[in-house]
Amino acid sequence: MNSAVIVFPGSNCDRDLAVALEQVTGRKPHMVWHRDTDLPEGIDFIGVPGGFSYGDYLRSGAMAARSPVMRAVADAAGRGVPVIGICNGFQVLTEAGLLPGALMRNAALKFVCREVPLRVENSQSLFTANYNSGEKIAFPVAHHDGNYQADEATLDRLEGEGRVAFRYLDEVNGSARRIAGILNDAGNVLGLMPHPERVIEPAHGGTDGRRLFEGLLETVNA
Amino acid sequence: MKARVFITLKNGVLDPQGKAIHHALEGLGFGGVNDVRAGKLIELDLAEGTSDSEIEDMCRKLLANTVIENFRIERLETA
Repeated sequence: MNSAVIVFPGSNCDRDLAVALEQVTGRKPHMVWHRDTDLPEGIDFIGVPGGFSYGDYLRSGAMAARSPVMRAVADAAGRGVPVIGICNGFQVLTEAGLLPGALMRNAALKFVCREVPLRVENSQSLFTANYNSGEKIAFPVAHHDGNYQADEATLDRLEGEGRVAFRYLDEVNGSARRIAGILNDAGNVLGLMPHPERVIEPAHGGTDGRRLFEGLLETVNA
Repeated sequence: MKARVFITLKNGVLDPQGKAIHHALEGLGFGGVNDVRAGKLIELDLAEGTSDSEIEDMCRKLLANTVIENFRIERLETA
């Protein structure tokens, strides 16, 4: 699997994501700078990493979503290339209109940095094929703006179409219906606030995140 | 030519910052504050002749996230 990791000024989980991808796929991902207008040829997977792109100016992810490379990411997503947005990457994908809703300041106004239990709500997606539906897993979170909000009709549609991929088991940040991660309507774009790339090997304290990338690799190679 | 863009959260969208400000005002002994909503003010210095629709376009494409925010444009008379 040929992967690309997008790097914005202020990204800080780009290396973690690159290391996780290399460990799982055996290939170093291409690191693509935000000012590039094209992705390298033959990319099978795109990761939009966590961090504080553009210092969270205006709104988290707002500037990054309008950077030149995002046009190429949107085109690739439109062609069905799998795209994952983690943490700030999720904020970027919602700001870019690739996923519905918005991520607002945590309801308790506190930065939340800890491991949280999640439930896998849909094990049929490209990203969750290696989990069981309803399975309880744990990923770390580290964010200030993770409070997922959308209007009721959008939330109902997400639930009805099986597009809620992960849900928090406890109250974390005020997200509507405790949504932690969602899929686009085609199912090839996933955005989530928790960090699967931080639980890849036992030394990280868990390996629940590894299965996300392994499942994706199997689907892409199938 | 200058314009001001006021960005506010839509009605019904929870505003944790507004809530915290409200709480702090009460802590300072200010009674009678029913609600607080926090927003943003962006001042634009624009070329003469910039149309309303261009400013609205700026708001829709970047300045406001219309999923959760409303915007209002106010043109300032040039001296």
